[in-house]
Amino acid sequence: MESVSIKDVSLSFGPIEVLKTLNLDVRDGEFIVLLGPSGCGKSTLLNCIAGLLDVSDGQIFIKGKNVTWEEPKDRGIGMVFQSYALYPQMTVEGNLSFGLKNQGMARADIARRIARAAEILQIEPLLKRKPGQLSGGQRQRVAIGRALVRDVDVFLFDEPLSNLDAKLRSELRVEIKRLHQQLENTMIYVTHDQIEALTLADRIAVMKSGVIQQLDDPLTIYNKPANLFVAGFIGSPSMNFFNGRVDGTGTSAWFETATMRLPLTNYRPDGTLVPGRDVILGVRPEQIRINDPDADAGLTVDAVVDVEEPMGADSLVWVKVDGQALSVRTEAGTRFNPGDPVKITFNLALASIFDAQLETRI
Amino acid sequence: MADGTLSPAPGAAAEPLREPRGPKPRKRFSRRNIFIYGTLIFVSAYYLLPLYVMVATSLKGMPEIRIGNIFAPPLEITFQPWVKAWSEACTGLNCDGLSRGFWNSVRITVPSVLISIVVASINGYALANWRFKGADIFFTILIVGAFIPYQVMIYPIVIVLREIGLYGSVWGLVIVHTIFGMPILTLLFRNYFTSIPEELFRAARVDGAGFWGIYFKIMLPMALPIFVVAIILQVTGIWNDFLFGVIYTKPDTYPMTVQLNNIVNSVQGVKEYNVNMAATILTGLVPLVIYFVSGKLFVRGIAEGAVKG
Repeated sequence: MESVSIKDVSLSFGPIEVLKTLNLDVRDGEFIVLLGPSGCGKSTLLNCIAGLLDVSDGQIFIKGKNVTWEEPKDRGIGMVFQSYALYPQMTVEGNLSFGLKNQGMARADIARRIARAAEILQIEPLLKRKPGQLSGGQRQRVAIGRALVRDVDVFLFDEPLSNLDAKLRSELRVEIKRLHQQLENTMIYVTHDQIEALTLADRIAVMKSGVIQQLDDPLTIYNKPANLFVAGFIGSPSMNFFNGRVDGTGTSAWFETATMRLPLTNYRPDGTLVPGRDVILGVRPEQIRINDPDADAGLTVDAVVDVEEPMGADSLVWVKVDGQALSVRTEAGTRFNPGDPVKITFNLALASIFDAQLETRI
Repeated sequence: MADGTLSPAPGAAAEPLREPRGPKPRKRFSRRNIFIYGTLIFVSAYYLLPLYVMVATSLKGMPEIRIGNIFAPPLEITFQPWVKAWSEACTGLNCDGLSRGFWNSVRITVPSVLISIVVASINGYALANWRFKGADIFFTILIVGAFIPYQVMIYPIVIVLREIGLYGSVWGLVIVHTIFGMPILTLLFRNYFTSIPEELFRAARVDGAGFWGIYFKIMLPMALPIFVVAIILQVTGIWNDFLFGVIYTKPDTYPMTVQLNNIVNSVQGVKEYNVNMAATILTGLVPLVIYFVSGKLFVRGIAEGAVKG
């Protein structure tokens, strides 16, 4: 059953179209991440689902009920904001109980809900404090608690970890994932951080200028990006791209540039490789090996080391092939010096080929 | 140093330790200090001298004033001028001093301040947080209202008050003050509420609070500093008002400022400078007290409001 269903939703502010007839179905208990660069409409979409922004057109269903014109409180949602948005003059307990008091819930029930949420989030010792006396991580925990006590069907997160430092961010990320496994609620999570998206999501919706570019599970998004934008946006450092053209068809097709000619024997196209077509070949840094003795000579080209970035677990080597820079992920330990001549081998089974005009995956 | 300790070199042992350490020594009579304090002292004296003359004169008897040395401290301190100014000085037919005007001013200021601030804070909150249809036009009209000269509106308001039967009454003046305070106060509150993070407002809406719920439970507790600013602005403005007071009220309901003018300017026999000075200080006392009291509140309000979200 669909938990949240967005049908042909559009939103314009005057002449600016922020969301363009957008459709999205979120399954019950699913963790969906809306991912995209700033200004892509992901937060706007979340605010529409919450009822904080009125849509210009289309319908929104939550748990099968049409909530397009409902008030936020009547939609069965809880929301966590980037700036925590805790009420500064209330204690943590007051913050947690505010929504329940507005519902007119009995005092004993409120106490029970708060106790449960505080236990899940381990904020019991903080209940009597005010937000100003809490650290960033504690505040965000309380903000999550405020959504939790409402006992709602759908959790909405609007970049909840962006204001935290790197260490806390990775800690809370795990906690949110654990929380989802424990509660099995539907969660819709907005972020611009691809690591958060890849680690948390059941499915990721990659957005750009008000349109969902691809909606898939994280591995598919990473390995088989639907278009050039998704390919370039996901992955750090980003995918290496080569402009070239297709020569030959089927299993005997080749990828050709002025100086390179690589067989596409292992590549499994979604569509058909048309000979003579201008295409873009995308290869991730970890799909390239350096100085591999067992390498297939046909997939190997000469390169020169430009810069090396050791990152602890592995190293990133920037090399130049005919003046074009590309990044290669290698095991830590082997050191390279700038100017070293190397041989690099492409693993095209995991590469992506995009139409140069349409920018879609072939 | 090889051993990592800070012992002086053998040759310099006799010399006192001159390495920088601790607070930087400052000269008390540096050129900078002399300039800053000199300016401050001069300016304070410039402003305080008239006040001194007023207080000193108000404590002198008339014979002492006739000597003519206005800077001399009083030889024989007498509070008689203060008593006279408060309860005996004559304006026209009434000879009950400023006390009548004081209570009139209280009856004008208190409701005007309360009503204008309550209405303006709700206006500002609605304009800042609930972007209702026509909000921008409404706001523009209000702001334009702040720039219309008073003189243009004086006579039309006289007619309006006469027609609704409030001309000459305290309540007529209260209405006038409330209306004239509205543009600037609404602007003040709107800007303050706009500076409160919008996510807070959104969180409250998700939590099911309505228009009044958010106003009373979320916004009001955070708005103490701006309320203090508004109170200072309104109390001093309305208390010090002379023009509206003299136009829209009758002798029975004259505010304190108008009555002060009548006492000081009435010519019957001898000009009693000591009484005039006492009356003036009495009239200025309320704004003065407001500044002293609310100044502290103001700072505390800001400190409390400075909780970073």
